[in-house]
Amino acid sequence: MSNVLFDTPGPRARVRHRLLAVIGTLVLAGLVGFVAWRFYDTGQFDGRKWEWIEYTYVQEQLGTAVLATLKAFALGAVLALLFGAVFAAGRLSEHKPIQAVSAFVVELFRAIPLLILMFLFYYGLPTVGVKMSAYTAVVLGLMLYNGSVLAEVFRAGIMALPRGQSEAAYALGMRKTQVMVLILLPQALRSMMPTIISQLVVLLKDTALGFLITYDELLHFAQFYGGQGQFARPFIPVAIVVAAIYIGMCLLLAWLANYLQKRERRSKKHIDLDDGGTKSNQLVLAGDAGAGGAGAAASA
Amino acid sequence: MNILIDYWPLFRDGFLTTIELFLLAGVAALVLGMILAMLRVSPVPVFRAAGTLYVTVVRNTPLTLVFLFFVFAYPYLKILKLSYFTAAVVALTVYTAAFICEVVRSGINTVPLGQAEAARALGLTFGQSLSQIILPQALRSVVPPLVSTLIALLKNTTIAAGFSVAEAGRIRSILSDDGENQLAGLAWVSLGFVVLVLVLTMAQRTLEKRWSVAR
Repeated sequence: MSNVLFDTPGPRARVRHRLLAVIGTLVLAGLVGFVAWRFYDTGQFDGRKWEWIEYTYVQEQLGTAVLATLKAFALGAVLALLFGAVFAAGRLSEHKPIQAVSAFVVELFRAIPLLILMFLFYYGLPTVGVKMSAYTAVVLGLMLYNGSVLAEVFRAGIMALPRGQSEAAYALGMRKTQVMVLILLPQALRSMMPTIISQLVVLLKDTALGFLITYDELLHFAQFYGGQGQFARPFIPVAIVVAAIYIGMCLLLAWLANYLQKRERRSKKHIDLDDGGTKSNQLVLAGDAGAGGAGAAASA
Repeated sequence: MNILIDYWPLFRDGFLTTIELFLLAGVAALVLGMILAMLRVSPVPVFRAAGTLYVTVVRNTPLTLVFLFFVFAYPYLKILKLSYFTAAVVALTVYTAAFICEVVRSGINTVPLGQAEAARALGLTFGQSLSQIILPQALRSVVPPLVSTLIALLKNTTIAAGFSVAEAGRIRSILSDDGENQLAGLAWVSLGFVVLVLVLTMAQRTLEKRWSVAR
């Protein structure tokens, strides 16, 4: 294995690497061992701390919590995609006022922290008489923030298409809307699909912010049952289970992104983008430092 | 406008704490992220596996859950007592380091293999080729996404407000205790963040212009 930093190792380097591997394994084993010992010492492996998971009622509550998270994710994702499409079209419009307004909206909502947006909806708006449930506030926040990031992703995708595509379409006598809807959008969507899904992973993770405005979702479940004295305050076991659920859901989405990307590369309709898609990847990175899981890591 | 003047010390202290959190977590995350990136490109498989595991787990966990862990669950392990502020710095560092690691790693990967091969063919040692050929080129392509990650970190500091750290996101709850207009307060907080993000974006543009790679 040779890369920019290292040559293919020779015999002496191989011995050194093996030595380092042994030392590294020992250090890692030491770290893991220390944590495991702390877990054991404070009784996190006791059956008593894991009993909570055996109660049907608690299981039902866990199911409801997962559903609540997914509900916010589903509606938030659909609305964010719509919002993104509308404002991407706005920024690409030929009318200067529409362009300016869309650019302002997109840049504004990308700069305000999502949590502050949710606070604005949930705590701020009631002072002017608009009351909404925590669920609505979470979904609106997710829509505005992730929608703005997605608008930039769509725009980058359309801009990265070779100019010849739209020129050919205009030469064939198509109108502006036809060029956009029939020629540019389908190609851009296909090439942007992995990035879009990465942003959806970010959106899924961001539903957890709902916890801070009292939306009843997975983290709320974790905090409530983690503090229950009757189950011996199983905070760490609950946190492990909840983290595993989140990681599982995100990895599923990331896997989907990877799969679509592979299929796209094999497809006959594949065209090379002008900038190789790096711009849009950066956008998503900016999106909460959250390009999705393994998918984006592999494509980088 | 009144609310900003009446509560000026509150806003000032809130944003100062936010900036403090941002700077501390930013520096720590840069260091940890750099170490993780080194692990991920190392020739030793164990190190690579450890780095990959860390990045995969942390990147797929919501930051709020990381906070929840360090504030509520971690004390049960009875290792080291952390104040709320330290816990927030640790949570932000652990989370952001994973993203910085990926940015740095992809930056190293953008340097063409030929550059390193040419350096070695000229007889440069490992240290020379790293410090004079590879890192200067990698750094240039790393800076824009790195600043994006730092902007995200700045926005993420607001989550600390939900875990008993008196920073900008917390201003709202104090205003609410006093029965003041929360909408106005939150609007000012948003404006504060827009300004801070604008400053970072401007720095990013300047650096990008000065350092853009001509290849």
